[in-house]
Amino acid sequence: MFEEVGTTTEGDLIINMGPQHPATHGVLHLVVTLNGETIKNVEPHLGYIHRSIEKMCESLTYRQFIYVTSRMDYLSAHINNHACAMCVEKGLQLEVPPRAQVIRVLMDELTRLASHELWWGAMAMDLGAFTPFFHAFREREVINDIMEETCGARLTMNYMVPGGVMHDLHPNFQQRVKDFLQLYKRKIHEYDELVTGNIIFQNRMKGVGIISPEDVISYGCTGPVARGSGVSSDVRKLYPYEIYDKLEFDEVLEDGCDSFARYMVRIREMQQSVRIIEQLIDNIPDGEFQAKTKAVLKLPKGEFYSKAETARGELGVYIVSEGGTTPYRIKFRSPGFSNLSALNHLVKGGKIGDLIAAMGTLDLVIPDIDR
Amino acid sequence: MTNEELKTTLGELAATAVIDEADANGWLTANIDASNWLSFAQSLRNVPELQFNFLFCLTCVDWKTHLTMVYHLRSTMHKHELVVKAKLDRTNPEIETVAHIWRTAEFHEREVYELFGVQFLNHPDLRLLILPDGWEGKKPLLKDFEDPINMIRL
Amino acid sequence: MWSLSNIAANIDQWLNANMSPTWALIVEMVIAGVAVIGLFAALGLVLVIMERKVSAWIQIRLGPNRVGPKGMLQSLADTLKLLVKEGMTPGGADKLLFNVAPFVAMIVAMLLLAPIAFAKDFQLWDLNIGVLYISAVSSISVISILMAGWASNNKYSLLGAMRSGAQIVSYELSAGLAVLAIVVLTGSLRISDIIQAQENGWWLFKGHIPVIIAFIIFIIAVTAETNRAPFDLAEAESELTAGFHTEYSGMKFALFFLAEYVNVFIVCAIGATLFLGGWMPFHIGNWHAFNGVMDWIPSSVWFFGKTFFLIFVIMWFRWTFPRLRIDQLLNLEWKYLLPISMFNLLLVTLIAIMGWHF
Repeated sequence: MFEEVGTTTEGDLIINMGPQHPATHGVLHLVVTLNGETIKNVEPHLGYIHRSIEKMCESLTYRQFIYVTSRMDYLSAHINNHACAMCVEKGLQLEVPPRAQVIRVLMDELTRLASHELWWGAMAMDLGAFTPFFHAFREREVINDIMEETCGARLTMNYMVPGGVMHDLHPNFQQRVKDFLQLYKRKIHEYDELVTGNIIFQNRMKGVGIISPEDVISYGCTGPVARGSGVSSDVRKLYPYEIYDKLEFDEVLEDGCDSFARYMVRIREMQQSVRIIEQLIDNIPDGEFQAKTKAVLKLPKGEFYSKAETARGELGVYIVSEGGTTPYRIKFRSPGFSNLSALNHLVKGGKIGDLIAAMGTLDLVIPDIDR
Repeated sequence: MTNEELKTTLGELAATAVIDEADANGWLTANIDASNWLSFAQSLRNVPELQFNFLFCLTCVDWKTHLTMVYHLRSTMHKHELVVKAKLDRTNPEIETVAHIWRTAEFHEREVYELFGVQFLNHPDLRLLILPDGWEGKKPLLKDFEDPINMIRL
Repeated sequence: MWSLSNIAANIDQWLNANMSPTWALIVEMVIAGVAVIGLFAALGLVLVIMERKVSAWIQIRLGPNRVGPKGMLQSLADTLKLLVKEGMTPGGADKLLFNVAPFVAMIVAMLLLAPIAFAKDFQLWDLNIGVLYISAVSSISVISILMAGWASNNKYSLLGAMRSGAQIVSYELSAGLAVLAIVVLTGSLRISDIIQAQENGWWLFKGHIPVIIAFIIFIIAVTAETNRAPFDLAEAESELTAGFHTEYSGMKFALFFLAEYVNVFIVCAIGATLFLGGWMPFHIGNWHAFNGVMDWIPSSVWFFGKTFFLIFVIMWFRWTFPRLRIDQLLNLEWKYLLPISMFNLLLVTLIAIMGWHF
């Protein structure tokens, strides 16, 4: 256990931030070395909700293990399922019907929107503004209701299966998504008025938590963290999957390298997600929503790796198969884990307030880090 | 760089490396000896035609007879990818760290260290990251790990 | 006519008719003490429910709506809960300081109620240095926070207390300078004189732009002095969990909580008194008909209306602004507010000497 130390030999204060702390969004434990208000070192201690999903998956079949992965990054559960389903499909060399592909992309983008909404609210709350949280949830609830109608769940949807999606869209889906887009466009300006344009907010975010593009790559950061430093890392653009190569959307890049750049990336990404949904919502092709698959899936001997862009970055699923019905070894390359490793680099020399702001812009989801 | 070009370049670089054909993902796999890993990694990172600057996945597989370290590398400049594998002895797994080449390896190696028991030589801070402090006994992700209380068997 | 001053006068008369003057004074003191404690409790209840309703309104939700009509008894229920909770003292804490700190905070808040004029001729103590007394006594509140933070034996509390010390000490300067602007214009430190001087218009309207600047600086500074967001660094929930009162529970926590709200009331009351005329109705120069209509509204309504308006403004700040960082907070004070308010004070002095104000 941790030694009962209050100060280091140089007289610096050591405080334990977490595992229960309002700003760590879960059970992240940071041991922070402080000199007054200045941060000298931040050391994450993980594992408070480590469930060893990788080990669990070794005894689950290729149909079953996908459900466990919803519990990793629960805010982009769809995209986790999607990456796993894609990996199994790669092994089976399965072609996904066009309708299923469109449904998957639609669901991914709705999930991304919902995830960024929650991040936006929580981020502002970290900085001491409570109100944005409720404004973000106003829109997020609508997405959750849409999800509930089609998938039967609001958070861990388990909607993707190898070969397509589990069942067809709810008849109300198209209309409700269109209604949501209208509502969203009416309300989006509130976000900028309430938070982005606020002078205190900008002063808190600009010029803190700086990470250079070289360090971003070296630390393996992906997603908005990388794109906030101008590093192109959108899997949807670099290694397009499903129908992303046929869609019109921009990879959002900011070159500020600071917390504000990462914030702006996510804000602008929400608009890109809306763009993608708008392109697809009226063009869902008819046809099967699921390819024909055998009841028991067996992957050939070999190694399969698939990647998908979650709301937090690049999620990799690495399956080593021995030809059986269960994976021999499975590894999830979670974006949060790598992003977290850059935290110390981001905040060293800053103030406690900067630590909170930088942590907010990393958008940490602890089950994703611990797995 | 295409896989063919990559193969010739890698062949010149490390004569001992055995390079497998592209797998289902379309990536070459370089099988190397664990003792050559550090110099190989350095050249992968620094040779201008290769420039593998992004270690996007680092893991280990327990094959019951031996362990295999698996490194997935990508170059963000040249857009090519490579898998590097190194066989490790199961009783005393040891390999050089690459945390100073790709800093993301620091955390990933700590994870592999506690879940597989692989010793990373010269690692800056090789301590338990996920498991509780003072964890003793088998490493959880090894195939012969048994936990009758918490493990689900179907 | 029913008014607070008439009631007070009647009680005074009745007591003096029935007892010796000494006893009458003693009884009056007791009544005043009970009234202050009652006001203290009532203010706590009202302000907490007000804060929750205001925040709910800003955050598009309903707020408390179960206990009592429209949830109005919610804060009473919360108070009951806090009363019956165990008041814990952490192991390594300095027991004396830890237990005394909340009472110091409360006593300071109570002392500050003394010179406030709640209505026409209704004031506990109209001392001739009222404004000075207020600035002097309000400085003591930082001691209670430092005591609480130091005695808790908790690093979060200590950090919160140190932040609060730096913050309150620096913001007191510009709050004091803003108050001085009005003192210069009035030429008196006595609260009743200041109110009387606003008979033909409030200082905010009479004193040209410098007084408006002083008013804005005053509002910013007192928000910081009372540790309210966006200057709530001493408790900074997402950074220091709860700052200086992390270790407090039960009634001791409630006292801090109460003291915070009463402090908000007091600073708003002072702001209303100095800049918005206190209980003085809204008068415009020589428009006697208009002024006569305004006089029909009781003076206590004027006072509480203005005060609660300012409280609402401060609550509005809290629920819309993010928090500042500690270095930005001190920069704002020492680099911007203090120089501005010093220069502003010079301007006000010039105006007062030349008699340029209305």
